[in-house]
Amino acid sequence: MSRKPYKRKQYWNEPAMTWWERAYLFEIVRGLSITGGVFLRNMWRWISGRKGALTIYYPEETRADYATHNRGKHILTQRPDGSPQCIACNMCATVCPAVCIEIDAAFDPEDAAHPKYPARFEIDYSRCIFCGLCVEACPEDAIRMVKEVPGLPLYDRGDMWLRKDELLSWHPQRDVAKPYPARERRPIGGSA
Amino acid sequence: MIQDLVIYAVYIGYALGLLLTFGTVLTWVERKQAAIMSDRIGANRAYVRIPFTQVKLVWLGLFHGLADGLKMMLKEDFRPRSHDRVAYALAPWLAFAPVLLVFAVIPFGGTLVPARLVPALSEWFGDRTYAMQIARLDAGLLIVFAFGGVGIIGTMLAGWSSSNKFSLLGALRAGSQMISYELIMGLTVLGLILIYGTLDLTSMVEQQSGTVLGCLPAWGIVYQPFAAILFLTAAIAENKRIPFDLPEAESELIAGYFTEYSAMKMGLFMFAEFIEIAIIAALFTTLFLGGYNLPYLTDSGFVFPGNHAVDLPHAAVVVIQLLTFLVKVFVMCSFQILVRWTLPRFRWDQVLRFAWKFMFPLALINLAVTAVAVWALQSVTA
Repeated sequence: MSRKPYKRKQYWNEPAMTWWERAYLFEIVRGLSITGGVFLRNMWRWISGRKGALTIYYPEETRADYATHNRGKHILTQRPDGSPQCIACNMCATVCPAVCIEIDAAFDPEDAAHPKYPARFEIDYSRCIFCGLCVEACPEDAIRMVKEVPGLPLYDRGDMWLRKDELLSWHPQRDVAKPYPARERRPIGGSA
Repeated sequence: MIQDLVIYAVYIGYALGLLLTFGTVLTWVERKQAAIMSDRIGANRAYVRIPFTQVKLVWLGLFHGLADGLKMMLKEDFRPRSHDRVAYALAPWLAFAPVLLVFAVIPFGGTLVPARLVPALSEWFGDRTYAMQIARLDAGLLIVFAFGGVGIIGTMLAGWSSSNKFSLLGALRAGSQMISYELIMGLTVLGLILIYGTLDLTSMVEQQSGTVLGCLPAWGIVYQPFAAILFLTAAIAENKRIPFDLPEAESELIAGYFTEYSAMKMGLFMFAEFIEIAIIAALFTTLFLGGYNLPYLTDSGFVFPGNHAVDLPHAAVVVIQLLTFLVKVFVMCSFQILVRWTLPRFRWDQVLRFAWKFMFPLALINLAVTAVAVWALQSVTA
């Protein structure tokens, strides 16, 4: 009775190289010509005034191909008269996991429909994690995130607060997604 | 006598300036070339602001070298508690100085006639001529290998004196690797010595002027292509650069033999490595690429086949020869950087096997073939 000799099972692949690859020198030359070719191609691009790199030179340059749903910089939507749609309900500041939204509410007796408005609306981008929960929480669709990223690289932490005037720099007239019906302003107690 | 001193002082100044500049610029070249090879931009954020203005000079990131140097100068010189004082302080200099000294025997230009270069001083200089080389020695090539061997001592001392196991391992690796590859370097150069019949680098370069077969320049690489490849490989291994950077393999030994060095002492090791790139390039240029020779360029100007002669003033010839040498050296430096950013690191057993089982026999075969060819040619012509 003949037994087959025990053969240890192999769990790896034996390196399968041809003698050409084993000679090493030719493969080195091939590798060098590939990297050297890339070098010469990119160098020629730089010399002829084009860009020979894939790098986006942030922050001087920002990429144009952000996804349309990228959660970038915050904006406050506006009413047709330019006042923020925000009613200073503090829901975004409450839900914010990074606690980076600060709102000071104020009273506007001139506007009966929206007497409460944010006198101060600031977002600390040194803490913001861009989770988008503030956008989800907002009952008035007052805060949104656009796909462009904020200019974050700064030398001072204090400069990383995005203030209300910058949040309001978005122009809703250009936004086709949401029409803004004109609504008249009337003071509280006044007749329509 | 005074004239000789003046000329050699100028030569030494030129050589030192050249090497230190190469050492500094190569750090920038290495960064930039690696970046361009991999579709990146590379270091370009460091700038120098002109005082009292907002003008920021970036210059393609050239100031990063300056920033590195400043950082190394200003850092704390940290020493391990149980280091050997003398050896620890001596080691960086022993690694750095021989690299500079090798350049003393390398000719970086043709013959200089100061009287023709500066007519105002022609009386003072008389008809003296100087080969553009700091020290013309009969045993030039031996000096190169002697100083190359001294470099090992610095490396070994650094590893031993810092009382760190990683350093010691790195030093041991460096020692065995450098001894193995120095042998191969010597063997490859023996073929050249057979052909040129001299150890003097200047006369080697002089024999490389002119052309062979009418079109090829009579450079060493044409006579000894295999030796050129082997020599360059062994030289890169001598310099402990990727793919032979086992003595300082980051993933295995932190930084190898200079793990315990910091500040400018560590900077000296790095600087020595970068200068050695230039030295290897200069040596390769001298031995295999005809040194300062351009095809058809003689000391009086270009002499093209068919007796078309273009006479050049002495100053122009000197400048062309200096520039030719520099361009060749720079191309070879760039090639070494290309190799460094292309090939992966060997395993430790592969390094020694590659030296002793692959390159050593090839070098011996090359030497044997060369010897037979030289003997055959001599018996034909005799």
